[in-house]
Amino acid sequence: MHGIVGYGSYVPRFRIKAEDIANQWGADAEAFKRGLLLEEKTVPGPDEDTITISVAAARNALARAGIDPQKIGACYIGSESHPYAVKPSGTVLIDAIGAGPECHVADFEFACKAGSEAMYVAYSHVKSGEMDYALGIGADTSQGAPGDALEYTASAGGAAYIMGSQNVAAEITCTYSFTSDTPDFWRREGEFYPRHAGRFTGDPAYFHHVTSATRGILEKSGLKPQDFAYAVFHMPNGKFPLRAGKMLGFRQEQMEQGWVVNLMGNTYSGSSPTGLAAVLDVAKPGDNILITSFGSGAASDSFVIRATDRLPEIQDLAPKVREQLADRRIHLDYGKYVAYRGKIRVNEM
Amino acid sequence: MRDVAIIGAGSTKYGELWTSPLRDLFAEATADCLVDAGVDRKQIQSAWIGCMSSGLFNGQEHLASILTDYAGLSGIAATRVESACASGGAAFRAAYLEVASGASDFVIAGGVEKMNDGADATFCLATAADQEYEVYHGVTFPGLYAMIANAHMHNHGTTYDMMAHVAVKNHRHGALNPKAQFPREITLDTVRNAVRVAEPLGLFDCSPVSDGAAAVLLAPVAVARDLGKPMVTIKGSGHATDAIALHSRPDPSRIPSVGMAARKAFAQAGVTTGDIDFCEVHDCFTIAELCCLEELGFYEAGQAGPATLAGETALGGRFPVNPSGGLKSKGHPVGATGVGQIVEVYDQLSGRAGDRQVPNARLGLAQNMGGSGGSCLVHILEVS
Repeated sequence: MHGIVGYGSYVPRFRIKAEDIANQWGADAEAFKRGLLLEEKTVPGPDEDTITISVAAARNALARAGIDPQKIGACYIGSESHPYAVKPSGTVLIDAIGAGPECHVADFEFACKAGSEAMYVAYSHVKSGEMDYALGIGADTSQGAPGDALEYTASAGGAAYIMGSQNVAAEITCTYSFTSDTPDFWRREGEFYPRHAGRFTGDPAYFHHVTSATRGILEKSGLKPQDFAYAVFHMPNGKFPLRAGKMLGFRQEQMEQGWVVNLMGNTYSGSSPTGLAAVLDVAKPGDNILITSFGSGAASDSFVIRATDRLPEIQDLAPKVREQLADRRIHLDYGKYVAYRGKIRVNEM
Repeated sequence: MRDVAIIGAGSTKYGELWTSPLRDLFAEATADCLVDAGVDRKQIQSAWIGCMSSGLFNGQEHLASILTDYAGLSGIAATRVESACASGGAAFRAAYLEVASGASDFVIAGGVEKMNDGADATFCLATAADQEYEVYHGVTFPGLYAMIANAHMHNHGTTYDMMAHVAVKNHRHGALNPKAQFPREITLDTVRNAVRVAEPLGLFDCSPVSDGAAAVLLAPVAVARDLGKPMVTIKGSGHATDAIALHSRPDPSRIPSVGMAARKAFAQAGVTTGDIDFCEVHDCFTIAELCCLEELGFYEAGQAGPATLAGETALGGRFPVNPSGGLKSKGHPVGATGVGQIVEVYDQLSGRAGDRQVPNARLGLAQNMGGSGGSCLVHILEVS
């Protein structure tokens, strides 16, 4: 049996409400909230970035896995907001959690899909017998240009997954990926904010890949939507995952637990991994869980995951996603938000 | 001039057609049209193709050649026609005149626009307004029609509810049209509560950004008779231009080019407004349908709104307007729109409009305009 032996999430404390962004730009707040099905989003603090989020999530995953970090043979961070253009994020991570130096490290990037990519490669290592444990993380401090529709959703957070073959808490029973050259969203070298092709990001990009990957894994696994207790689809906004799920024959009740976007925003590479963590926080042994990520450019990775008897034993060993979403929130006004996000130009000291 | 008949019509579905490039849209509509007509493509002599802005939307000019080539018509005479949103109507008139003149027997009138191809549609469309005196100051089409709406409300007593009813009615019609971009009914509350784009116009007062193409085949009546089809002939063709800029016209609540084109078409056809059974009008914004119905002479100024509230202009009413769903629900691929209206009138007069058929339709009118009325085409078609 191969799969998840420990998982952990991290949700920053800071929030900004959708209406505070709308008011800043003279936009109709209710229309945005209705259109995006979103109340507020997380904001990284001034000292937080993809690396700190990854470390926090990885520590929670280690607490649940209960393993010696020295036994982790590979660490991968998937993100589109690695703090450095050249210099790995993963090296900081392995020293912070004590997994180095005998460890394979790489930073992944594939728009919002980089997290599930890291999970997929980590899972493949343990499945092949190459190593005992491997760590895959999706984390982001997402960028959205001020005034752009993305500003309402681009948020921060992440989740970490330790894969292994011993003491598996959630078995990965099937994987499937669906990829094509579909340029719906991009950021060129040197550009500060990503660009997107408007409504092209919808049907031909998100929906085509999410539904194709999900249909592919359903066929490959022989499972039907009603065989799943939970389903998680990448959450660029509130509406898209619910619509995709409905198109595929999933019911609202299957999607609600992992649908964290209304309170969290789109954590890009951390989005569907965080939704999965919220599901693992409550799933019962035997529950089948579907997760389908999406990354612009474009591709979706799908996993079928089955909770084992060990899952309930580890659920309480680290903070749960919905606890972090509800507790200790600090709401920022727009001015503080742009200051925290480094959007104000100041002189170099 | 010879009498001219329509002997075939075809259209793509309108919508966000991401997988269909510009050339495929035209090829599909043309192929449908030729199959419908039962005419071999080798017999086609000429094509007139309406397209507003393939240069800005798709980076493609030299359009008539590339489109006819991909439609399997390479070698024929072909010309692209541009008159902003009236490009399709203008292409249809050019094709009509070519057949009427005796120069050619089989001529295609086509229209196409691919607006979802990465370009900023609002910018592209605004090039149909006066760049130096309107666009330079920041106004775009929703703003221009909002000014027309405010003037119409002030001068003629039209209310916002009357405009909202236009949207509800046209969506009810479009729900019956399998080619429509938004083939679904909407409620009055949806229109009223939608986000405002330019006061008083909200999102549901505006036609969408669309991809699509339409084509009809024209031939002399003598040739059409041999094909044994319903005989749909062009009774009248009116074309008028006006100042592009709203402020250059005497009354911002009026669109004079519509009336000028209509008077020419009615004079040629030898019929009056009372003879017309139904019409397709250019409802790029809900206020435009009301203005156009009045300018065409179907209603006095200020009376199109109350008639809409009373249900007169709905299918089943006294005088159905936009049975296709109009630009609002069927969609508005700008260069295709004028030809698409002709396709609808042809289908109605041929008795093949399905669930949205206007009973006993004998005379139909299509009105297509450019920008805020800087150009207008009116055509009157008859079945006999």
